[in-house]
Amino acid sequence: MVVDLAADDDLYKAIILEHYSRPPHKGPLPEHTHYDEGINPSCGDEIELFIKVDDDVVQEVNFDGVGCSICLASASMLTKLLRGKTVEEAKEFRQAFKDWITVREPEPSPVDLDELEALGGVRNYPVRIKCALLAWETFEGALRKQSVN
Amino acid sequence: MTLSETRLIDKPTIKKDFPFLDGTIFLDSAATSQMPVPVCESMSEHYRLGASNVHRGVYDWSVRATDKFECTRRKVAAFIGAQDERECIFTGGTTDALNLLAQTWGETNITAHDTVVVTSMEHHSNLLPWTQLAERKGANLIWWEVTDEGELDLDQLPEILAAQPKLVALTWVSNVLGTINPVEKLIPQLKEHGATVVLDGAQAVPHMPCDVTKLGADFLAFSAHKMLGPTGIGVLWGRAELLEEMPPCRFGGSMILSVRRDRVRWAEIPHKFEGGTPNISGVHGLGAAIDYLNSIGMDKVRKHEVELVTYAMEQLGQLDGLKVFGPQDPARRSGVISFEFRGIHPHDLATIIGREGVCARAGHHCCQPLMKNLGRQGTTRASFYIYNTREDVDVLVGALKKAGEVFKDVIL
Repeated sequence: MVVDLAADDDLYKAIILEHYSRPPHKGPLPEHTHYDEGINPSCGDEIELFIKVDDDVVQEVNFDGVGCSICLASASMLTKLLRGKTVEEAKEFRQAFKDWITVREPEPSPVDLDELEALGGVRNYPVRIKCALLAWETFEGALRKQSVN
Repeated sequence: MTLSETRLIDKPTIKKDFPFLDGTIFLDSAATSQMPVPVCESMSEHYRLGASNVHRGVYDWSVRATDKFECTRRKVAAFIGAQDERECIFTGGTTDALNLLAQTWGETNITAHDTVVVTSMEHHSNLLPWTQLAERKGANLIWWEVTDEGELDLDQLPEILAAQPKLVALTWVSNVLGTINPVEKLIPQLKEHGATVVLDGAQAVPHMPCDVTKLGADFLAFSAHKMLGPTGIGVLWGRAELLEEMPPCRFGGSMILSVRRDRVRWAEIPHKFEGGTPNISGVHGLGAAIDYLNSIGMDKVRKHEVELVTYAMEQLGQLDGLKVFGPQDPARRSGVISFEFRGIHPHDLATIIGREGVCARAGHHCCQPLMKNLGRQGTTRASFYIYNTREDVDVLVGALKKAGEVFKDVIL
């Protein structure tokens, strides 16, 4: 693991590189109820999200796609953190993360952002904020769409 | 080692003319180049000494602005080897020039019976105007492919000639691969088979001597901001007989001879394509940029670039896991080097080297079909110009090593 070296890095923190290297929920989810794809036109990164909602709860969520470490680590964290949340909680969580990451000096978040706090370094690299948000915007897009099943 | 082998202009001059470059390794001139102080001054003079429109007033300010404006047109013509300054149309840039061409020449010349050829290394700006035109007209579209070495596939040339294309849209130099296409060999053959050839010169005109008359091309487009000039100004050059046949497409002031209720007569070329008040200070800036480049000499600009690229390819080649896309022979490429390094995503790479003061570009470089050919999402690109030196290459290599450190344990 990269703990020592990357711990010193304001952007590429160990937890980010860990998710990038070994995302636990990557690959298509055949039995999804919601799906969307997100594209970052400036770099060509592409994310697919597969979400299985049952009884108004996000039972499973997987991502697939290609992108930079920030984009894919953020997507991987999403698949881990939204699992088990109600749709309403997941939406609130997404909004809280977005509010937190897009301001220069954030207030403490109303929800526990957990591993996502490691992404706070992108504030020093404003063009990379889009990378960190791509999966989350895609999640919102998927939920807005009609259930596919 | 002579001075010319390490730098084109001496350090004090770079410092004086490009003061902002101090401490920054700017390796993104293929996206936009830097403006030296004399160019900035030439532009601001238009406002500081009293602005006026061109081709209108009879007072001194207007005469001064018009003289300088038309003088730049002559400079542009001489710079690219055009026979006649009337063949040089001022546009908003390369993209604007090519869209203008598609709207006039394209609309009137391309039909459902025609074939249009585009290459898979075109920048979107010399691609989409033509693919959209072909789609609108129902014309046949042929893609001219690129080899694994990053050069135009010459084995496909017989097929292209046999199709007798009406139009071939071709970049002179690839903004991703750096490949210099053998346009002086290709253009005569394409023209013999009836094609009109549109050259995208955005990456070529700033970097090497250009002689459109010798090339025999029909149209050439380029931008000032990639050749030490400002953004928002570029040139469409076309052979006079073609321009005269083309209808105007931007209607307004300056582009008419007379307007009556029942009859309009258009101005002569180039003015019939320059409707509206032009970017006057931009044209002045372009003129000053040409003066600056001429004071060095385009042969020297090219020589400096070959020396720098040769050195950069050598140095980059020593990094484990670094792959340079495009021709490996520096003589066959311009000052653009796209590469990948140990599978590190271009955005991550550009961010890390950016922290070391290196400005390089990451992404698809507006060439998504080419990225698909390369099997990549994007590349990292370093591009050089007159103010870059071997020391800049050394800093780039050091910065890449740091990126390798950050990602050394990442499984990709």
